[in-house]
Amino acid sequence: MILSALVKMMSKACNRTSCSVAIIGSGPTGIAAALELKKSGITDIIILEREKEGGGVPRHCGHPPFGLHEYHRILTGPVYARRNVQTVQDENIPLLLRHSVTSLGPNGLLEVVSPEGGMQIDAKRVLLATGTRETPRSARFVSGTRPLGICNTGALQAMVYLKNMVPFRRPLVVGSEIVSFSALWTCKKAGIQPVAMIEKEDHPQVRRPISLACRYFGVPLLLNTTIEKIIGTERVRSVQIIQQDNQREVTCDGVLFTGRFVPESSLARLGDLTLDATTACPLTDKHGRCSDPAYFAAGNLTHHPVRVAGQCFKSGRIIAKEIYKDLDSAGG
Amino acid sequence: MITRSNSDTLSCDRRRILACADVVIIGGGVVGCAVARRLTLEGATVLLLEKAPDILDGASKGNSAILHTGFDAPPGTLEWKCVQEGHREYLEIHESLGLPLLKTGAMVVAWNEEEEKRLAAVFEKGGKNGVDDLRLIGQNEIHQLEPNLDPSARAAIYVPREYVIDPWSAPLAYLLQAVENGGKVLCDAEVTGGSFDGHHWRLETSRGLVKSRYVVNCAGLYGDIVDQRLLGESDFTIMPRKGQFVVFDKAAAKLINSIILPVPSARTKGIVLFPTIFGNMMVGPTAEDQKSRDDASVDTQTLSMLAEKGKTMLPGLADIPVTATYAGIRPATEESPYRIRNDHERNWITLGGIRSTGLTAALGLARHVHSLLQEHEVEFIPLKKPLIPKVPNLAEHLPRDYRTPGFGEIVCHCEMVTSREINAALNGKLPAHSLSGLKRRTRVTMGRCQGFYCSARLAEITRGKFRDSLGVGEDDV
Repeated sequence: MILSALVKMMSKACNRTSCSVAIIGSGPTGIAAALELKKSGITDIIILEREKEGGGVPRHCGHPPFGLHEYHRILTGPVYARRNVQTVQDENIPLLLRHSVTSLGPNGLLEVVSPEGGMQIDAKRVLLATGTRETPRSARFVSGTRPLGICNTGALQAMVYLKNMVPFRRPLVVGSEIVSFSALWTCKKAGIQPVAMIEKEDHPQVRRPISLACRYFGVPLLLNTTIEKIIGTERVRSVQIIQQDNQREVTCDGVLFTGRFVPESSLARLGDLTLDATTACPLTDKHGRCSDPAYFAAGNLTHHPVRVAGQCFKSGRIIAKEIYKDLDSAGG
Repeated sequence: MITRSNSDTLSCDRRRILACADVVIIGGGVVGCAVARRLTLEGATVLLLEKAPDILDGASKGNSAILHTGFDAPPGTLEWKCVQEGHREYLEIHESLGLPLLKTGAMVVAWNEEEEKRLAAVFEKGGKNGVDDLRLIGQNEIHQLEPNLDPSARAAIYVPREYVIDPWSAPLAYLLQAVENGGKVLCDAEVTGGSFDGHHWRLETSRGLVKSRYVVNCAGLYGDIVDQRLLGESDFTIMPRKGQFVVFDKAAAKLINSIILPVPSARTKGIVLFPTIFGNMMVGPTAEDQKSRDDASVDTQTLSMLAEKGKTMLPGLADIPVTATYAGIRPATEESPYRIRNDHERNWITLGGIRSTGLTAALGLARHVHSLLQEHEVEFIPLKKPLIPKVPNLAEHLPRDYRTPGFGEIVCHCEMVTSREINAALNGKLPAHSLSGLKRRTRVTMGRCQGFYCSARLAEITRGKFRDSLGVGEDDV
């Protein structure tokens, strides 16, 4: 905390500060990397987080299991996120909240804005740990109108767990990935009863006995089914689905598009880092280094397909070792 | 002769009259907003009626945001005149109102031999239309100007003064200037009937009775219905024409500088590839005739076709994700020209069939309405020192709000929308009355994640503020 106040003061005074490693994102990956770097003896680390609370996506995954490897306990997402944040604070690693990186310059020069103003951070190395998000309805080119009641799991969970609100009562759930079942859990907790879960393939996208989970939540799982059209003016009224060539209309008040994760690589893309043509993840070498050697990327920004928090935490530790070695060999 | 000082005949003497004005404008689209501004500046008291909860909810909600020169307008028509007049006036007023201008220029590109043959006629038409800075350019110059454009572009006409503007802030600024100078706006006020007594109109609206000397029908997609309701007849029939658009991520902006227009056909300007003022790249619109005046559905096939079309013109788009998709509906009629009705006897003017050129032409149309009123021998005394309010900047190439410290928090990270901007849009003289109105005023949730990160916070901020909100049954979670 003291250090973070110091960094803030410094940055205010000259609008420019430097550090060994700047970490963009305070999710499991960013936190793990920071802790590991600190352990290696690197002290001037800055974690930049654009939200007003650190911890990343687990903040709004109000269900277990989180933290088994990290803390040897089964925690819910929010508890896990708080614990992560607490650990970096105990280690006196500055976590700058409400700090948005607006551009990635060459050689690790970051443009950052916060409510206090703009600043530059000159980092020897930068770790991109900006994570992933689900593909929204628009990018899926789904037909129909654009009423209220259409969202992704991320938005649903943030609403339920952070704001105590719900976007719908009887939605149709599209997709059957791990996150889709996390969404069902959230629905149950919030008193939302999905009308069905649809999956375009002939099997769910997770290996576990998922049909059991659907039965547990009382949600019919429709395989070989696609969404054809969204209907409704102000709010979703119904959805046309096609199940094995049979079209029918399902009454619902929302559509929850789950999964189909895409890396949150907009900063990298705008910053001219090379992206992988198929996955859109930043292109990295075997050390996790991007096309500009000052930048590294890890966690779900580079995982395809997406992984759970514990694996991201691990990925953060591994990348930290690579960054340490790189700094070390550069004489930093 | 009616003047501001001589408006005693208009006094709202009876308690059952909700509001009265010299001129009632029906419709809060870009045309209505521009007419409200012009007539207010000329000294009239105006009242704008909008049937939706917020302005810009019809045709003006989805257009291409291009400031046209009128180079390809039908020569000598009112459309041509108003487009040119609108272009000129926008350049004159935009800075003072805080409205952005992206000086992109445009290229009418011929992609095959047949189109190349038609270019000459387009060029000639431009000359006839008084747009004298057009240039016919060949492959080399196309490549110099737009190195990322597909090399199959054979020839083009370069139109230096076709620009890109903010399609929502512009009408908002027009209406705001009217309001700042005494104009009134009533939303949720659908005109359901009315009568003319030889001097005054009494209009029944869903909010109550209003009274005025003149009525200007700017009801866009409902223009013919309003004429039928109030005059018992309409000179035209609205034939809604839907246009779908695909919006690409901001990363596409570096691929192109200008607006890429196709060689136009008789019916439509065709599918355009163009940068937006918000830093995105867009492809559209389609031209799909339909019955519904409000069904702005998109469909998978058309969106895929548009995205493919964009990639054919600009191969680099293949690596750029899609941010948004939407559709707008243009109020086309059975004929191409603007459908103006000037009913001298009944103090009524209709501006009908204002299609895709409306955003540019609105300022010109507003002047046209004023001149028609003068023909009615109405004279107002122009405001000597009208107030000139500024609207917040949403353009990517100009400093946004987050650049100024003290903005509170960034609510929408993709579009960098601050809580200070949202609060301003929820308050003030023309506050947002719907979520989509708030989006148009701030761009919140309109970015690449489409609300993945910010809709929860937005739901919290806007809780209880709008009739249709992000959250449902908010108290019993």
